[in-house]
Amino acid sequence: MAGIKVFGHPASTATRRVLIALHEKDLDFELVHVELKDGEHKKEPFLSRNPFGKVPAFEDGDFKLFESRAITQYIAHEYADKGNQLLSPGSKNMAILAMGMEIEAHEFDSVASKLGWEQIFKNFFGLTTDQAVVKEEEVKLGKVLDNYEARLGESKYLASDHFTLVDLHHIPVIQYLLGTPTKKLFEERPHVSAWVADITSRPSSQKILL
Amino acid sequence: KQTRSQFYLALTLSSALRQMVMKVYGDGMSACVARVLLCLHEKETEFELVPVDLFACHHKLPSFLSMNPFGQVPVLQDEDLTLFESRAITAYIAEKHKDKGTDLTRHADKEAAIVKLWSEVESHHFNPAISAVIHQLIVVPLQGKTPDAAIVEENLEKLGKVLDVYEEKLGKTKYLAGDSYTLADLHHVPYTYYFMKTGHAGLVNDRPNVKAWWEDLCSRPAFLKVSPGLTVAPATN
Repeated sequence: MAGIKVFGHPASTATRRVLIALHEKDLDFELVHVELKDGEHKKEPFLSRNPFGKVPAFEDGDFKLFESRAITQYIAHEYADKGNQLLSPGSKNMAILAMGMEIEAHEFDSVASKLGWEQIFKNFFGLTTDQAVVKEEEVKLGKVLDNYEARLGESKYLASDHFTLVDLHHIPVIQYLLGTPTKKLFEERPHVSAWVADITSRPSSQKILL
Repeated sequence: KQTRSQFYLALTLSSALRQMVMKVYGDGMSACVARVLLCLHEKETEFELVPVDLFACHHKLPSFLSMNPFGQVPVLQDEDLTLFESRAITAYIAEKHKDKGTDLTRHADKEAAIVKLWSEVESHHFNPAISAVIHQLIVVPLQGKTPDAAIVEENLEKLGKVLDVYEEKLGKTKYLAGDSYTLADLHHVPYTYYFMKTGHAGLVNDRPNVKAWWEDLCSRPAFLKVSPGLTVAPATN
């Protein structure tokens, strides 16, 4: 049996999103390293796996996917009976989950990723952090986190009283931001701070750190 | 006396029915609202459209923010459920009414995953580029400002690359996620409709598979019901 393969890079936030989900489900898998600095993701054979040239790509036997959040959802549904529950039963609960995933994708990630890029990844390429951008994006992130603070005052996790894909999708970018001055935005909001500590201390979150 | 009690019964019933019908808060000219309306029509589901005056900034009032703290349309209310984010709303409607109208999500896990994959592609690759162009060419002039040509140019290039991938995919399957129309296609429709009214429709028309796909999406009855509401006109260039 061919099994599960993830084609990605262990430092990539999108790859980590998928790896965390696999660990939550106690699934065996192989991480096939794609060397980003050599542009491997922009060439064949990787492009046949993802024509958009981004990691990760995914295989479960002969079933192939890309887009990290489609992959995590596939894992959560296909392996619903294994490991930790990542979904919520019932169509209204699933709708709340879907909404939470959209908020992460459209409101949180766009801002948080820019902050990660400016403060961490740019340095790998010998570029300088633009503090004006950091300041501007931190204001936006603050507003999103204000919404999260209110939400987390009502339930332990973003979409439910148990950990779900909505919380999981946030972990990789948050882990990077905790190594930057931006971490103060999490620390100064008590419910958000407790939630961040909780989700980043899960065994699956720890397993993917280098 | 009997007529009066019949009258009150009818009033109570119609009020109860009105309460049971889903409410969508927004305006048909908003692309994100149109996304939800298309889905409702595809699923042959009754709904009530509650207008929100965006020009008067009613979406920033506390009464609206209590429904969507991010202050954006659309918002859906279905009995005790309040939802926002258009793609979460379409997923909910498609799932709730999976046994009627068009099958927009597919049911088997692997097929449903492919629909989600191409929905993610629309969300992360297509939408950022096309909405940046629409923002410059439609929204910015409405605010009395001049479009930023550099932003338009940059995003047209990105959009072109995405459409190159679509051109190849649509040479293999009739729709993005396979041979039937799904949410993955539907989510593209409103912004593409506006885009085709700008001077840059060539990006679609010069790619035969993409063009054929777009013309198919425009021929759907649900589209013909929703497109009259997409009334904002772009500056041509």
